[in-house]
Amino acid sequence: AGEGSAPVPGDGAGPAAPERVLFPPTFSVSEIKNKQRRHFMFLRWKQQQRKEKLALKKKRRKEREALGDKAPPKAIPKTIENQRVYDETTVDPNDEEVAFDEATDEFAPYFNRQTVPKILITTSDRPRGRTVRFCEQLATVIPNSHVYYRRGLALKRIIPQCIARDFTDLIVINEDRKIPNGLVLSHLPDGPTAHFRMSSVRLRKEIKRKGKEPTEHAPEVILNNFTTRLGHSIGRMFAALFPHNPQFIGRQVATFHNQRDYIFFRFHRYIFKSEKKVGIQELGPRFTLKLRSLQKGTFDSKFGEYEWIHKRREMDTSRRKFHL
Amino acid sequence: SPQVVWSMLGNRQFCSYKMTTKTQNFCRNEYNLTGLCNRSSCPLANSQYATVREEKGRCYLYMKTIERAAFPRRLWERVLLSKNYEKALEEIDENLIYWPRFIRHKCKQRFTKITQYLIRIRKLTLRRQRKLVPLRRKIERRENRREEKALIAAQLDNAIEKELLERLKQDTYGDIYNFPIHAFDKALQQQEAESESDSDAEREEEEDDEDVDKREFVEAEDSELSDFEDMDKLDTSSEEEQEEEEEVEKKASHSKWKGKTPLKGPARRKRPYIEIEYEEETEPSTKTKAA
Repeated sequence: AGEGSAPVPGDGAGPAAPERVLFPPTFSVSEIKNKQRRHFMFLRWKQQQRKEKLALKKKRRKEREALGDKAPPKAIPKTIENQRVYDETTVDPNDEEVAFDEATDEFAPYFNRQTVPKILITTSDRPRGRTVRFCEQLATVIPNSHVYYRRGLALKRIIPQCIARDFTDLIVINEDRKIPNGLVLSHLPDGPTAHFRMSSVRLRKEIKRKGKEPTEHAPEVILNNFTTRLGHSIGRMFAALFPHNPQFIGRQVATFHNQRDYIFFRFHRYIFKSEKKVGIQELGPRFTLKLRSLQKGTFDSKFGEYEWIHKRREMDTSRRKFHL
Repeated sequence: SPQVVWSMLGNRQFCSYKMTTKTQNFCRNEYNLTGLCNRSSCPLANSQYATVREEKGRCYLYMKTIERAAFPRRLWERVLLSKNYEKALEEIDENLIYWPRFIRHKCKQRFTKITQYLIRIRKLTLRRQRKLVPLRRKIERRENRREEKALIAAQLDNAIEKELLERLKQDTYGDIYNFPIHAFDKALQQQEAESESDSDAEREEEEDDEDVDKREFVEAEDSELSDFEDMDKLDTSSEEEQEEEEEVEKKASHSKWKGKTPLKGPARRKRPYIEIEYEEETEPSTKTKAA
């Protein structure tokens, strides 16, 4: 009963002699049955670890100072973005194939200035106050957009009507328990349909230090970090919502920032204080989106052809793998 | 006998079908006609009883008589009612022809209610159904936590500011904003490199001549700033910079006004306020420098 007795010196008390590597039978803190003693031993072990770590740090720092200029450069800390698993669909800016694809996909008419974006914003059935207000604010943010109340109409019947009236995009905000929690963005003349999960929606009055209302000027668009093919197409979908020529007089900017597969939307007003300093002030609603699925045609839950679905079992296995 | 049964179940002993609430007693027996626990509507305490029940959209009339009380398997006799509402009512009547009025009436009432709710079900299924997708708590928590971390890692404000400054550098805003001093520095260096052979004296004379004009620029430029303190600093720095720079800045200052008009309210209010102060300050300074 040597392991269960009173505090025994820590494991690995050192070899008896260099040739005969004789270690005492390994003793681990977790094998003590008594919880109090085990806790005590664990704390002691932790303190020891901390001391060692501190000593190591000090030593390294001294070495570094001693070397002076010749010291090796500091190691770059590992972040999730650094360690990201390389995605083979990452878009290279000079890729011709991608450029060709983009020139001929559904957004080509928009990017060739043939169509002017006109957006219809609607909700699921019986929207509650918060969703309605969010829709209104979203309509002020996106120029040339209209909010229509959905009275139990089937999406499949709305879509041909929208196409007939020259709408280019359809946004449906899904609501659950009085808060908006989903967004379906559909590019109309049979363009792709993206279904997002929307979270942390903040209306204008909930944003601190906000400015005045967004004006009617067309905002600029910033799309950050959309690297893969999928990310690229989603980025283009967002870009297609806004008119081509932003009015710089308005000094408004709408940002879609992708970070680890979460797309953060912000709406700011900026002012250049000098050529190296810019001040931004948040107006407008904010929300985050997470892509759930991308369909090729317009909204069709049964017979649609899905280009990408988020499959939890397969895609959420690695913490360093992102798809957008 | 039924009276004994009722005296036991109804009042004194335990009936497993009975549900009591503050105001009323309910009966959970599936053959119960009204759903309440009464002497007249208890299927256990009445030897002659009838109910209407529906199965898969079709209504049946169930009847129980004293003769079959000993055969539990054959106790309840089932009659399919027609789909036609009036015909079914007639069928109920003809099946329960010599039965007590209460049971007949309640059967017909129950049948009416059942048909109405069946119609409603059929109408609702034709509409779009709301599909309820169950949330998984662990996954929700995980995603929320990851979203928070992603938000912190994103450093949105910095990213947006960087992007805007990039765009400013790359001249996407064109002539609206007017401090591309970096570009001018570069242009300046180029020109210095070109004209190094020229004498320095010429340049000094040019600078002297321009100084007088440039003082005016200082006022115009700095009056647009919202902070008075910044203006002080910029005043000195810009004067120094301008002594180095060339005339290119002259053109820029005129076009600056176009972009700057839609400033926010407070800034606009500040401008005349600042201008007044500024004139007082710079005039003595220009005088000293000119002298």
